[in-house]
Amino acid sequence: MTTEPSPGPEAQFRAFLAEGRLMLQRSRTTGRYVFFPRLAVPGSGERDLEWVEASGFGTVYATTVTRQRPNPDGSSADYNIALIDLDEGVRMMSRVEGLPPSEVRIGMRVKARIATIDGAAQVVFDPA
Amino acid sequence: MARALRGKVAVVGIGTAGTGEAPGRSAIELLAEAALAALDDAGLSLAEVDGLFTATSVHAFPTLSVGEYLGIRPRFFDGTNVGGASFEAHLLHAAIALEAGFCDVALIAYGSNQRTAGGKFVSFSEPHPWEAPYKPRVPLTAYALAASRHMHVYGTTREMLAEVAVAARAWANLNPQAFARGPLTIEDVLASRMVSDPLTVLDCCLVTDGAAACVLTRADRARDLRKPPVYFLGAAGAQWHRAISAMPDLTITAAAESGPRALAHAGVSISEVNLAMLYDAFTITTILFLEDLGFCPKGEGGRFVQGGAIAPGGKLAVNTNGGGLSCVHPGMYGMFLIVEAVTQLRGEAGERQVRPCDVALVHGNGGTLSSQVTAILGSARTL
Repeated sequence: MTTEPSPGPEAQFRAFLAEGRLMLQRSRTTGRYVFFPRLAVPGSGERDLEWVEASGFGTVYATTVTRQRPNPDGSSADYNIALIDLDEGVRMMSRVEGLPPSEVRIGMRVKARIATIDGAAQVVFDPA
Repeated sequence: MARALRGKVAVVGIGTAGTGEAPGRSAIELLAEAALAALDDAGLSLAEVDGLFTATSVHAFPTLSVGEYLGIRPRFFDGTNVGGASFEAHLLHAAIALEAGFCDVALIAYGSNQRTAGGKFVSFSEPHPWEAPYKPRVPLTAYALAASRHMHVYGTTREMLAEVAVAARAWANLNPQAFARGPLTIEDVLASRMVSDPLTVLDCCLVTDGAAACVLTRADRARDLRKPPVYFLGAAGAQWHRAISAMPDLTITAAAESGPRALAHAGVSISEVNLAMLYDAFTITTILFLEDLGFCPKGEGGRFVQGGAIAPGGKLAVNTNGGGLSCVHPGMYGMFLIVEAVTQLRGEAGERQVRPCDVALVHGNGGTLSSQVTAILGSARTL
């Protein structure tokens, strides 16, 4: 018996994202959310993971401004990198847009948005 | 497990090469020079080495490359690569292998020419698929994020971070081998170029060339060699994550696990430590490790270092070679921590000699606060 090749959790996540949906894995029995996408809950090993839509809301856990040489036109090329704790209890690296990078604060409420970065759908955040 | 390896093996030779800038020489040439210097220091010959422990930033199969270059056919080899803490892991693995009789003379070695080869931090570490799209500067971004969190939770200030760099420089000014010497003030650090908030360029380690090595034997043989043996008392490693986005709490590293286990293994209490060699890739790391290893309570690291407390003449001798911040940082720095601890425990540290110095804690860090390995070394008086 052969099984139909099926994409792994990472490819499934990215396919959802390309459709404009931020989906997270959740264990049916424990209710625990998992990010980044995996085959089983890290540490405890439950494999009963289902995809559920994320609320998109989160809180800035840590933040930095990557300093760069200015752009040729003199404008700032500095950019934000932040760790965001989603309300579902998982953390991801991302960036907060819509305000100067140095004004992103720990504890700030943010909302996910799917943006295209280097040709691929990625999650970024705006102030909520 | 407690005290299983205490005093059973010893570091009998140390060597360095190309500390700072070594134009025209390759990473493996520098590594070999340090290895041969360590063997000369011990009074042992290359032909006697039968245990090889190494990792570099440029060799995918490090024990193969180094074994070939030096012409070693080791009976036991270990190329564990957990970043900068690899060499503290090698120390533990070498102690186990020596004690079990899998080898008799163990060589641990590292070398890099990253400064003269391009002037940038060199790593073949793969990009993390869940972080790379946001263009972090690895590892800088990760440590900046950790610093931001520590400042937010515990009120740590940029001045406190700067104090770590100033203390490192003050030690470097007592070490003729240190690469960055000269006066440095808290104001200098605060006024230097911001690279990833809240870290300035002077909150970051150096980018240098350099190689370091050590040789170990069992204690019975160590006593008959040229230099006073520096005994391995215990060690332990811990790892909780790979990428900073997967670190459970950015203010608590796995040193909180490796430190207590290493001390228990060694039969040493933290108050007995005369010298703390703490991997200072960035100023925040020294503060985190002072807390996690138990030199001060969690959150108090910033206040602990104030007023020159870890500088020469302070309350705790930390990173007496000048550290990765002011002495040397050739990509992976962990082997240099061991070299300085041995130098101090032998009483060979000259102007920067710590007195008394019988117990040294060596703490390696790798990746983005990812791998944490603590080793305890002691003089003959500790046995």
